[in-house]
Amino acid sequence: MPRERPIDVWNEVTPKNVYLNRRRFLAGGMLAAAAGKLMAGTRLEAASKSPFSTTETPTSLDDITHYNNFYEFGTSKDQPAKLATNFKTSPWTVSVEGLVNKPRTYDLDTLMKLAPLEERIYRHRCVEGWSIVVPWIGLPLKALIKQAEPQSNARFVAFQSFFDLRQMPQARWAGIAFPYVEGLRLDEALNPLTLLAVGLYGEVLPNQDGAPIRLVVPWKYGFKSIKSIVKIRFVENQPPTTWNLSAPREYGFYSNVNPEVDHPRWSQAHERRLGDFFKRDTLMFNGYGEQVASLYAGMDLRKNY
Amino acid sequence: MRAWISARTTKVAVFLLALVPLAWLATHRLGPNPIETITHTTGDWTLRFLVFTLAVTPLRKLLGLPELIRYRRMLGLFAFFYGTLHFMTYLWLDKFFDGAEIIKDVAKRPFITAGFTGFVLLIPLALTSTAASIRRLGGKRWRMLHRLVYVSAGAGAVHYYWLVKSDIRRPLAYFALMAILLLWRIVPASSRASS
Repeated sequence: MPRERPIDVWNEVTPKNVYLNRRRFLAGGMLAAAAGKLMAGTRLEAASKSPFSTTETPTSLDDITHYNNFYEFGTSKDQPAKLATNFKTSPWTVSVEGLVNKPRTYDLDTLMKLAPLEERIYRHRCVEGWSIVVPWIGLPLKALIKQAEPQSNARFVAFQSFFDLRQMPQARWAGIAFPYVEGLRLDEALNPLTLLAVGLYGEVLPNQDGAPIRLVVPWKYGFKSIKSIVKIRFVENQPPTTWNLSAPREYGFYSNVNPEVDHPRWSQAHERRLGDFFKRDTLMFNGYGEQVASLYAGMDLRKNY
Repeated sequence: MRAWISARTTKVAVFLLALVPLAWLATHRLGPNPIETITHTTGDWTLRFLVFTLAVTPLRKLLGLPELIRYRRMLGLFAFFYGTLHFMTYLWLDKFFDGAEIIKDVAKRPFITAGFTGFVLLIPLALTSTAASIRRLGGKRWRMLHRLVYVSAGAGAVHYYWLVKSDIRRPLAYFALMAILLLWRIVPASSRASS
């Protein structure tokens, strides 16, 4: 039986370390395959060579898809992989609204064509003290923002996740309010690192990783990278964010990765990269200071945690 | 039933059963974050064995099976055993014996302080768990000392409660069980005193 996605075949026939090394060269081909199904006219050469990608070894697909914080599908790390299997991600629309000249409800296919898809291999640091390296596929959020034309008084972008208790019965025990909401300052949202991811490892995003479309903000703790987005709203004032509402002393609006500012209950100086035995030092802005430090010039990051 | 409870083979079977969590850890793939799995599993079983230990006396009376006392020391020592593994996992695999970091953690992080307290309180109880210790201390003083197990169990549950992010069902379940077992002891004792 022919496979829908050739990437699966590569995963099966090639030893992991080999395909990991080859993956950067293959990315173009994989995306071509994905593009045939999902979209047309993507510039694939660019896709394989994002200057923002780290050269660190990506975490295994198995770990990325079986160690998830996606509280709508349960609070244990292994629950989303089991309980999100039937999550309905098609059809899917994203409403872009608020203080913009061109509000619009996008269907996913249209949204994905706003810019060429790129592969971005990013470090991802969870506020809990673990980290992974993920080969995301997506487009810069900036492309969507330009399309929407924010008005001059739009200063923040508010995001909202899909929520349906019938599909997410475990959510009633999560201890946080749903739908999950997040937010960025407009300049953070416009930063070239900020990504709308629709895939990883050359595949459409697995349900448990936030399908079909999620935010990736690699210099912030993982919970800022909201999953399964249905609404993007441009607003004047700082929007509410889920974990901040849940525990304001512990989770700030900014939540930039910062080894010098501890979580009130645990240290943020070190992290365990999944697959490693020893912990490693956590880097300021998760190692993306060159791109983002200027966004916070003059701000007290201890107060604006 | 009573003969079965008192049988040496039953005691050996319970002992082996109590080692199953450790055997499970030693023989399974522990997922994407094995050290976290070890930490959580040993912590969970410490609390479970504390609850089992505290349940022995109420169960003896409720079921009319005084022979169950034969298992209390063993269950308590298994709580200490898993607590020690849990503490060692923290010292070694989480902190890599970094003394300065550990001292800072114990002093600054309330959930670590609570867990550390719970563990340290178990040490004198484990050390005085022998029949010779009971004789040396005298039954009354020994019982006073071993009431510390409630403080230790409570500290363990607080440790768990303070460490979870938002889903507090399991820590609350431990609190509830411990509260029931403690109340069961307090209430009959006071009603005896007043009658």
